Amino acid sequence: MGRFHRHDDGTAHSHDHGEHEHEHEHEHEHGDHSGYTTGSERIEVLEAIFAENDNRAAVNRDAFDSNGIRALNLMSSPGSGKTTILAATLDALAGEFAVGIVEGDIATDLDAAKLEGRGAQISLLNTSNGFGGECHLDAPMVNRALHGLDLPALDLVVIENVGNLVCPAEFDVGEHAKAMVYSVTEGEDKPQKYPVMFRSVDVVLLNKIDLVPHLDADVATYIARVREVNPSAAVLPVSARTGEGMGAWLDWVRAFASAR
Amino acid sequence: MHELSLCQAIAGVVKPHAAGRRVDVVRVQVGALRQVVPETLSFCWTLVRDHAEMPDAELELELVAAEVACRNCGRQSTIESRWSVFCPVCESADVSVVRGEEFLVTSVDVT
Repeated sequence: MGRFHRHDDGTAHSHDHGEHEHEHEHEHEHGDHSGYTTGSERIEVLEAIFAENDNRAAVNRDAFDSNGIRALNLMSSPGSGKTTILAATLDALAGEFAVGIVEGDIATDLDAAKLEGRGAQISLLNTSNGFGGECHLDAPMVNRALHGLDLPALDLVVIENVGNLVCPAEFDVGEHAKAMVYSVTEGEDKPQKYPVMFRSVDVVLLNKIDLVPHLDADVATYIARVREVNPSAAVLPVSARTGEGMGAWLDWVRAFASAR
Repeated sequence: MHELSLCQAIAGVVKPHAAGRRVDVVRVQVGALRQVVPETLSFCWTLVRDHAEMPDAELELELVAAEVACRNCGRQSTIESRWSVFCPVCESADVSVVRGEEFLVTSVDVT
């Protein structure tokens, strides 16, 4: 016999079913009892979900370009040494380039404090949103942070992303190049485990090479693993602690910042 | 990991198309190379849709397999491993991605 149905939209009706199968072969309109026709309409959208982010990234890029600024998105896992490298970089380039930093941090100003007093403008960007904090910077966030910098006075902006090897790779923030820090303490399998991030970058700083004697680590293997997923990136072995290899990185930054 | 923000972005794409009508279904295409966890996206959608004034909207995900064209051996192949980007024929990493980076709202059903 007929069976009563209540649908998600609140409408109810009854109809017959086959004895064993519960199949909805019938076509019908669900009236909502309000007198209006409520036929469902399909609308083609075909719109990229990142469109809004990408539009804002283009706004950021225009702001950089119109001020003669080169922008670098610096990414890594937590604890790889991004901030230490950045501090050493600011010290070395002071007087050569006017640098602005967008410092992405979930809730603290610890990184920003480490970078104070090195001649750079710093705009701190906390990503905490009440859900525990965003795991990445997106273009609208960076856009807000740019209001904290005097752009006409700058040559180079470094956007220090939130430490994370997954999400930051997905979001264009308006940068001209992407760099990542990858330390030898993380293990040589990371390029294979996080290929989207490793494939997205123009330069990889292989950090903490001063620790190699204490680890079962081989720099050549790390470089080979990066090359397997990204044949074109520059791979620069460095130690931010001892300064070893930092010359090559500074030259990379100089060439990047001068390529306006 | 960032599925909550992605759901907010999806709602942002849908809203102007719905133009005040009730949204019943949202269809989203997800490429295998996007770092999106479908189960997490579906769960986050149930949190976001209420605040986005589309509490009845079901999220339908269409997963797109990744396909690469190899510059080394010249072949085009579908890749099985979720995040791998190697040519499955010759194992070269010198590939261009043909499919698998999609992430878009394809259509919505409104009433």
